[in-house]
Amino acid sequence: MLNYFTQHLLSFAIWLPVFAGIIVLAVANDNKPDATRWLALLASAVSFLATIPLYTQFNFAEGGFQFQEGFRWIPAFNINYHLGVDGLAVPLILLTSFTTLIVIISAWEVIQKRVAQYMACFLIMSGLMIGVFSALDAILYYVFWEAMLIPMFLVIGIWGGPNRVYATVKFFLYTLLGSLLMLVAFIYLYLKTGSFEVVDYYKFAMPLDVQVLIFLAFFAAFAVKIPMWPVHTWLPDAHVEAPTGGSVVLAAIALKLGGYSFLRFAMPIAPDAAHHLSGYMIALSLIAIVYIAFVALVQKDMKKLIAYSSISHMGFVTLGFFIFNNLGLEGAIVQMVSHGFISAAMFLCVGVLYDRVHSRQIESYGGVANTMPAFAAFAVFFAMANTGLPGTSGFVGEFMVILGAIQTNFWYAFLASLTLIFGAAYTLWMVKRVFYGAVANEKVVVLKDLNKREFLILAVLAVMVLALGVYPQPLTDMTNATANQLLSTLAQSKLPVSLGL
Amino acid sequence: MQQIYLAIPLLPLLAAIVVGLFGKQLPRASAHVLTVLAVGVSFALSLYVLNEAMIAVPYNETIYSWLKSGNFSFEIGFLIDRLSAMMMVVVTFVSLMVHIYTIGYMKEDAGYARFFSYISLFTFAMLMLVMSNNFMQLFFGWEAVGLVSYLLIGFWYTRPTAIYANLKAFLVNRVGDFGFLLGIGLVLFHFGSLDYASVFLVAPQMADVQITLIGNTPWSLMTVTCILLFIGAMGKSAQVPLHVWLPDSMEGPTPISALIHAATMVTAGIFMVARMSPLFELSSTALSFVMIIGSITALFMGFLGVIQNDIKRVVAYSTLSQLGYMTVALGASAYSVAIFHLMTHAFFKALLFLGAGSVIMGMHHDQDIRNMGNLKKYMPVTWITSLIGSLALIGTPFLSGFYSKDSIIEAAQASTITGSSFAYFAVLVGVFVTAFYSFRMYFLVFHGAEKWRAVKHDDHDHYHGLAPTDDPHEPNWVIKLPLVLLAIPSVLIGYIAIEPMLYGDFFKGVIAVDSAAHPAMHELTHHWHTVFHSALGMALHSLMTLPFVLAASGVTLAWFFYMKRPDIPAKMQTKFSVINQILENKYGFDNFNERVFAAGSRFIGHKLWQIGDVTIIDGGMVNGTANLISKLSSVVRKLQTGLIYHYAFAMIIGVFFMLSFYTLKL
Repeated sequence: MLNYFTQHLLSFAIWLPVFAGIIVLAVANDNKPDATRWLALLASAVSFLATIPLYTQFNFAEGGFQFQEGFRWIPAFNINYHLGVDGLAVPLILLTSFTTLIVIISAWEVIQKRVAQYMACFLIMSGLMIGVFSALDAILYYVFWEAMLIPMFLVIGIWGGPNRVYATVKFFLYTLLGSLLMLVAFIYLYLKTGSFEVVDYYKFAMPLDVQVLIFLAFFAAFAVKIPMWPVHTWLPDAHVEAPTGGSVVLAAIALKLGGYSFLRFAMPIAPDAAHHLSGYMIALSLIAIVYIAFVALVQKDMKKLIAYSSISHMGFVTLGFFIFNNLGLEGAIVQMVSHGFISAAMFLCVGVLYDRVHSRQIESYGGVANTMPAFAAFAVFFAMANTGLPGTSGFVGEFMVILGAIQTNFWYAFLASLTLIFGAAYTLWMVKRVFYGAVANEKVVVLKDLNKREFLILAVLAVMVLALGVYPQPLTDMTNATANQLLSTLAQSKLPVSLGL
Repeated sequence: MQQIYLAIPLLPLLAAIVVGLFGKQLPRASAHVLTVLAVGVSFALSLYVLNEAMIAVPYNETIYSWLKSGNFSFEIGFLIDRLSAMMMVVVTFVSLMVHIYTIGYMKEDAGYARFFSYISLFTFAMLMLVMSNNFMQLFFGWEAVGLVSYLLIGFWYTRPTAIYANLKAFLVNRVGDFGFLLGIGLVLFHFGSLDYASVFLVAPQMADVQITLIGNTPWSLMTVTCILLFIGAMGKSAQVPLHVWLPDSMEGPTPISALIHAATMVTAGIFMVARMSPLFELSSTALSFVMIIGSITALFMGFLGVIQNDIKRVVAYSTLSQLGYMTVALGASAYSVAIFHLMTHAFFKALLFLGAGSVIMGMHHDQDIRNMGNLKKYMPVTWITSLIGSLALIGTPFLSGFYSKDSIIEAAQASTITGSSFAYFAVLVGVFVTAFYSFRMYFLVFHGAEKWRAVKHDDHDHYHGLAPTDDPHEPNWVIKLPLVLLAIPSVLIGYIAIEPMLYGDFFKGVIAVDSAAHPAMHELTHHWHTVFHSALGMALHSLMTLPFVLAASGVTLAWFFYMKRPDIPAKMQTKFSVINQILENKYGFDNFNERVFAAGSRFIGHKLWQIGDVTIIDGGMVNGTANLISKLSSVVRKLQTGLIYHYAFAMIIGVFFMLSFYTLKL
């Protein structure tokens, strides 16, 4: 049994939470919500533990795919159930299972309506997202990619805010358009290579114009997900309407699906196009960092502000990708993981306030530090992490990407570094208006400080943010070999060698 | 030794964590017992380390590897040479004094444990900054002290002014850090490492490297790098135009004004430039830039001290001006002089701030010097120590400030780079101004009529000051002890340290000076050996020099204006109301920043959001798509009514069709 487990680590990581979610749905009894909660907690804890061997048994020197497993799925079309992960996917898988655990705990008393469905949605979504991170077959990947949207739609659509239908439809339309183009690209590649294997696509040579089209098709799917400017406007709306748990998963993991997929598909499949279009990609990234920071500054809704902050921070991820050096690439990966912790924590902080006052508006608060000192300490800490303070994880990725960018062009780094000022401005201005000052109104007067459950999850996230900030090397040890391999792949032109006359 | 080096910063960190996390559960006294103990041990160990550093070779080792990526590795490590050892002693000593002082000053504050936790955390961060052997860790310490400064300026977080000031301080510092980070980026790019030793080793070969930034105009790499690094120093060490945060930082409790905003954190920029002397020496342009910024700060910030009525703000402007002096010394390549002034200033300025704090306590938290007077009668220890501090500040011969400040004036005079003549003028005029505002404050506070007895109390505002019938009292020994212990080095340290630090080989191998290009320090040494011979000789010699006359006339004028004829300054204020207005507005920096940068950013943000996101992207593209689809499906002719196609939408549709076309064709 143990042997079977170790040989199918990825399958367990995917299907354990999915089946656990189905079981939660099946056995749930709405009269006993506590039993459902404990069951979901147990399921998410076991699912998290099941992903730990991916780290402990990881071969750090190997840049290629590990823990591979698979069987023929639809032989008629050469579609395989093929899984495998590298130093890029494993950190994101661990982040996924960890975040799911956090979300289950955070929903404990907050969700009173349809507890089982809520918990099940997150468990199933967790498995599907791990599937996205570990699929090496294009169709398998595509199935996971689309399937994970369903629980997300449900989470926003059922437990969401008043304007949830608009947000869900907008989210749906955006993602659908992009995903369809990606499917077209996969079908084209299949027709040319006869395979849905990602590694086969890596080897397939294409002329530049074809590469550009393939790249743009992928771009349409991934840029929406990350999201990159100008296809980002679904995110603030989705966050505002989503329940806290939905926002946490959306920010911490769903956005990373786009970033991950750039590195897994778009760039290595069409490396020449990636180089060819890198100027545009960098421009979009820098616009995201600077433009969005300005927009974040004037937001009145805390969740919108953090959503815009997320877009700005994800700009560092795409900037890191398209400067084609180690610092940029690994910095982008570190930034994705770090943003997972920090954005999750920030949304949970808003959730703590929302649960008590039922407002996300900054102006509804003021002087919260007077009545919730422990919470204020956490909030200031995570705000500082969000501004990229050294010693927190928020610094590491931004630092690496800026140092990488300056090697490509001084002005890329110049514009990206503006986040030091604007990131601090929008985050700390919000902190000032919400937490500092005299107690603003009677709702703030009666606020109760964190309960044990809230304290626990924020403390765990704070420890992660600090640990990754003080000692990021364990993470970069995982990514080093993969980044090297990816960069050498990207450096090799795939243009067909012209035979000449 | 490594355990000792580790213990020095980690003990305060540990104390900060314990007190910060469990301050509410532990007895109140444990907050100061633990932190004072930790910082005390750190201080003792720092003394030991300084003693070792006098004889041993510098220690330069990695503690752990922070991150590796590609060919680059980033490490946490310590460089312990005489410069860092001296800084460690100064930091831990002033910190210890401030810790002890805080026991009295914050006695009744609800945030007692929190305050101790913060100042211990600060001590840790500052030590990491000065002990670092690489740029990355320097940046860590740099931002970490900024964080604690933010937390401490906003310590009384219910006050609107305090939380305005701390946000402002953090943002202005971030502007500096923005430049600093780019400088670090250039260093890593061109030197391939962030380790001081490796960077300094290659530096001479990089002197002539040119880079292009705009168009094809070549720029000297060293000039660009050094100016960017110095922008970081301008933020932290509050040089014009990034000085605006420091006066407002006085909203924080007085002990931290002494520790952070006078003695240690604000001198981090000075320390950094001195540490980077092998780089700055390669660019006379950067040094000129440094010198001009420094002299503007030294002169113009001093003027502002003249019109302040808040006791802490007078000292704050004096700090700005003195930081300008240090920067001038850096520009003159007299790095050791800058560090020397940093050290003497740390003692006498911490003393002045703590003295001001004692006065504030005596006055029941009234900070307006116009309401004080004759405190010498009631607060003798505060009076004598503040007098010592003021005398040291204005450069009275034999006192510590004299030796360091006169050396800066000499260095400015001897410097030959662009801007040095202006710098010399600025620091000379600065002497007079410093003497004038220092003794204006001194006379108003400690001499003259007991003005609080005549202050009208308004029941409607929450007036904290002393009642007309009350007498001020000197606080207890935890306040007086640090004053006395800081007064001792304020008097003696200059006399003792000038010869080894400036003209001995104390900084040999630590600070690099290219004497051929920047001869100031060489001149000073020559002067010392041919004219002064000793500290005593320098002091005696100074009695006939211009700086001494200027200082003496500044004091005399202050005495005349504020003791003899208080009607004159009042009349001048109305007569020269334009100048007064300019000074009251602090040259308009705050207004400008508030109206242009703050309001401008909000304006741009609003426009980008409303026009970019809401109107164009959402209105045109997203909802436009929805509209398009619905309209297409109903009536085709509506296509001609001119829907707004956004380019991104057009692109997606276009690509979709092109791809489909490809797929079908092939």
